[in-house]
Amino acid sequence: MSEISEEQVAHLANLARIALTPQEISSLTTELDQIVDSIAKVQQVATPDVPATSHPVPLSNVFRPDVVGETLTIEQALQNAPEHDDNRFRVSAILGEEQ
Amino acid sequence: MAKDALMDYDKALELFEPVLGFEVHVELNTKTKMFSHAPNDFGSDANTNVTPVCLGLPGALPVVNEQAVRYSISLGLALGCSIAPSSRFARKNYFYPDLAKNYQISQYDEPIAFGGSVDVELPNGRLVTVSIERAHMEEDAGKLTHVGGSTGRIQGAEYSLVDYNRAGVPLVEIVTDIIYGAEADAPELAKAYVSTIRDIVVSLGISDAKMERGNLRCDANISLRPRTPEGQPPAPLGTRTETKNVNSLRSVERAIRYEIQRQAAILADGGTIIQETRHWHEDTGRTSAGRPKSDADDYRYFPEPDLLPVQPSAELIEELRAALPEPPAERRRRLKAEWGFTDLEFQDVVNGGLLVEITETVAAGASPAAARKWWTGEISRIANLNGVEASALVSAQDVAAVAALVEAGTLNDKLARQVLEGVIAGEGSPQEVVDSRGLAVVSDDGALIAAIDDALASQPDVLAKIRDGKVQAAGAVIGAVMKAMRGQADAARVRELVLERAAG
Repeated sequence: MSEISEEQVAHLANLARIALTPQEISSLTTELDQIVDSIAKVQQVATPDVPATSHPVPLSNVFRPDVVGETLTIEQALQNAPEHDDNRFRVSAILGEEQ
Repeated sequence: MAKDALMDYDKALELFEPVLGFEVHVELNTKTKMFSHAPNDFGSDANTNVTPVCLGLPGALPVVNEQAVRYSISLGLALGCSIAPSSRFARKNYFYPDLAKNYQISQYDEPIAFGGSVDVELPNGRLVTVSIERAHMEEDAGKLTHVGGSTGRIQGAEYSLVDYNRAGVPLVEIVTDIIYGAEADAPELAKAYVSTIRDIVVSLGISDAKMERGNLRCDANISLRPRTPEGQPPAPLGTRTETKNVNSLRSVERAIRYEIQRQAAILADGGTIIQETRHWHEDTGRTSAGRPKSDADDYRYFPEPDLLPVQPSAELIEELRAALPEPPAERRRRLKAEWGFTDLEFQDVVNGGLLVEITETVAAGASPAAARKWWTGEISRIANLNGVEASALVSAQDVAAVAALVEAGTLNDKLARQVLEGVIAGEGSPQEVVDSRGLAVVSDDGALIAAIDDALASQPDVLAKIRDGKVQAAGAVIGAVMKAMRGQADAARVRELVLERAAG
């Protein structure tokens, strides 16, 4: 039984901005499908009384006081930027918008 | 940009029911960012308030700002929300260079606050209860400047420059439930709702709440549904648009009105509304199409593995609840009584969104009457003229200083207006404008008497009338003296002196 379609993989690749060839889409569809099948086995063991777990460590409320610390210098901040201009990162114009 | 067809507003309301929803983003005024110890400062040099966390550098680990959590809980409580005993962060994945990580840390399925309501009072006295679906914590994105192209907008830009100072600034996003029944008041409700949220966050002291700086931003969702004859079930909800970039109370109102008229024209013409974001343009008073709105699925939300759940204790929640300021409606009643304003005067202040400004101006030493007069009068006039928010023009301290100069007799009203104009034009503090423009009233009686004697000598007929007891005739002399003093005299004092000299 197939859970994952090629359309879904192509859509995900587009969302993730990864260029995939038709061959890659096809093989990834098979692989992802197998992964989904394997994960599905967990559901057989996970009964409703087992809470979903997002963190394996039983910790909560790890906070930081609201105190200013050291920041990067402009040189440090920009040193890995392929391009910069006027102390800002320069990126190609992308048709989109802020969230 | 092609001009949209618009339907007459009243006609649109006859045919359709507007259905609303708002997402208001509030930037918290913590000292540091949400997940990093970088300063949360507005106006610093580009990319100076950044750490490896803000730049999404490999190995950087976000840690939650405790103060931001406390502020978020306080805001949730002030909105009448329940506080989740356990909430967690999630990654919202999208590709856009305003965040270097390619995801925004937000909250998705477990927001910190949910299920509240806010009472909103409209200018016509109607009271609307807006239900709040949730308020969640997240981080703000960096600022992009588009270079090239003709308009400075993204269309046609050659490249963009990114400043990550704002990336990671703590935000609370307040999401309303769907709002039905606003009817023709929809634009006023939108404005009044945002204004109420602004009052709440200012009274909590958790945000600077300056809309022109983006501390408070409103995304307005709106759809129309056709009216059905009585007795028939309502039509299904229409497709909604989400209008962004609405950076003043005034624009919130205008943008809603515009979208109602635009959507009504399309629907009445047999067209369909596209689910998309719309950008509000303050200059043209129109919206333009943005991107098609993604489904939540496309953001591939998943629990943020770098952060642990937030589980506020009942004690903390009760401590913060006990420290809440009075609710906005009570606060308004109290302020109205304290300031001694009439219903009309107070309504003027509320409709102008000037409660905060007047409170601050009074705190800075001005009388309530003077604060109201300047904010709802001259400052609002200049703001309307320039299509900006009054609060963006001048600080409460400066207005209080102008009021103090009037009180002390250094300025009369006319000169005070000029001083305000100078302060707004960036010429410095009120005192500096008075000095540089030479605007103080002439309080030297000698100079006034000389001018009065000149005026009386050149108008002997007026002098005769005054001596005959026709005191109102003095007006002509006072006018001449004020003119000779270039308006820089206290008219009441001039009148006194004119009568004295005429009698003499």
